Amino acid sequence: MSGCSTHPIGPVIEAVAAKFADIDVAPSPLMPREDESQRQMCLRVPAERLIEVMTFLRFDPGCLFEQLVDLTCVDYLEFPRATDRYGVTYGLLSLTKEHRLWVKCFVNDPEPEVPSVTCIWKGADWQEREVWDMFGVKFAGHYDLRRILTWEGFEAHPLRKDYPLEGRGERENFVRIGIDSA
Amino acid sequence: MATLTDPSQLSYEIGPATYAREESGGDVWTLNLGPQHPATHTTLRHVLELEGERVLSCTVHIGYLHSGFEKLGEKLNFNQYVVVTDRMNYISPMANNIAWHHACEKLFGIEITPRCKAIRTIIAELARIQDHLLCLGAAGLDLGAFTAFMYPFNARETIYDLFEEICGARFTTSYTRVGGLMQDITPGWTQKVRHFCTDELARAIDDFDALLTRNRIFLERTKGVGYLSHDDAISWSVTGPLARASGVRRDLRKDEPYLCYADDWDGQGGRAVTFKVPIATSGDCLARYQVRLAEMKESVKILLQMVDRVPDGPINVLPNDKATLPDKREIYFSIEGLIHHFEQVMTNRGFEPPVGESYGSNETANGELGFHLVSDGGNSAYRARCRPPSFINYQCFPHLVVGHQVSDVIAVLSSMNVIAAELDR
Repeated sequence: MSGCSTHPIGPVIEAVAAKFADIDVAPSPLMPREDESQRQMCLRVPAERLIEVMTFLRFDPGCLFEQLVDLTCVDYLEFPRATDRYGVTYGLLSLTKEHRLWVKCFVNDPEPEVPSVTCIWKGADWQEREVWDMFGVKFAGHYDLRRILTWEGFEAHPLRKDYPLEGRGERENFVRIGIDSA
Repeated sequence: MATLTDPSQLSYEIGPATYAREESGGDVWTLNLGPQHPATHTTLRHVLELEGERVLSCTVHIGYLHSGFEKLGEKLNFNQYVVVTDRMNYISPMANNIAWHHACEKLFGIEITPRCKAIRTIIAELARIQDHLLCLGAAGLDLGAFTAFMYPFNARETIYDLFEEICGARFTTSYTRVGGLMQDITPGWTQKVRHFCTDELARAIDDFDALLTRNRIFLERTKGVGYLSHDDAISWSVTGPLARASGVRRDLRKDEPYLCYADDWDGQGGRAVTFKVPIATSGDCLARYQVRLAEMKESVKILLQMVDRVPDGPINVLPNDKATLPDKREIYFSIEGLIHHFEQVMTNRGFEPPVGESYGSNETANGELGFHLVSDGGNSAYRARCRPPSFINYQCFPHLVVGHQVSDVIAVLSSMNVIAAELDR
């Protein structure tokens, strides 16, 4: 059985580039490696065309990415030479073709928002809620975009790079209890 | 026990899981299951809307154990973070250790030594057995079969002892390091693993199998309960035994082989371990139970193949890669060893990973455990995303339980083996 990492993803990328000639999908490896078969390829898609491209990737017989394995976000605020802030990253897997592809969608402050892909993959449901909770990136069209790991009413988005490691607002608000007031 | 046989009755449109009310219109009431409840094992909360005993809708509230593991991953370096991974799926901490450092090594571009691969394969399979033993035992326990819980738990004790012998800790193992292991296995350890597999574990599995697999009460409570179809399993991003119980042919050990599951793992044409991937098609709680049980028996086969095939040689990659600490003898008796050691431990030095991103994943007992690492070349990861199988498998839970009775919720929950520490991270 051939492994996914060695499977040539080239035809898929060419098909996407040909279908969406008007956008620059900028195919590049996640990590530049000498060994081509070890490369994990990534496409860049603007938020307004995301659903279109994702639908193509899901249903085109040459692509057939049936599963959204991973949906996450990276805050590139302090990353060297980064131009955009939030990179919403989709890890796609095709079970029939046995290949993987990553798709990135960059958005910026003050209103970071990407369309929800729950209409294509049900598995995006909680993963999008988690990215909203942790990064504050909104997913337009999600049916139930509530916070998932923190509580309703919590105001910050903790995995943003400008949120301190030790938390903000919690310790300062604790009532100090001395030996007399106890 | 009423079971739902026609899956088309379920609402599979994306949206809240709901079940149509009866036309006679019974009273609808709300039941809060959790956060503290024996059947939730740890802290999960479900709000069930019920008509009589039938579940009309289920809302899941999670996050009670959220402790910012991913934020910590941006602070701790690649070796320190392994301690945090112990605390994710604490039923099989070794599997998390291996998955984390598998992803790190993929980022660094390190190929580990054959001896390390063989040892990691053995402990990965022991961890799988450890996890499945608890899950199967709890599947019986939650449905009232307390005795069936004790047999696998005895065998788990021995696995803890085996882990204690190689790394000094029973529970929080932290055994792997970037490019190798904390320390070598003790002499004769592999023979203890062999003895455990052929003797104690084999007996435990047989006893357990005889107690539960054909038990009429157990069958009636699990057959047809919590049906997940093949297409839904894929669409809900479900992986691992849950997906395989719904007929999804997917196992990373076969599809994207790593460690000794790949051919030529020792660089000298070593054959990959042979094993079968159990698949069931009925997609209910019973199928999940059967897949896990069969998988455990396959793991035993892998272990028996590997115990005699651990090659000699170093467990760590050469220190020239600047990833592992050199041997103590080298540190004390050679200047290069001393320099390599200091380069690793000084606060302004440390790891020098390439700039970029990498995704590495392993097949653990619950499914695909992956880490998406982003590196800016610093000593710790810029972003350490964990793809937790529990979290992603669990999101289809409301859709599995609507239409069932309250007591079936417990059966579905234990068949999914949700570990809240991994769920909330």
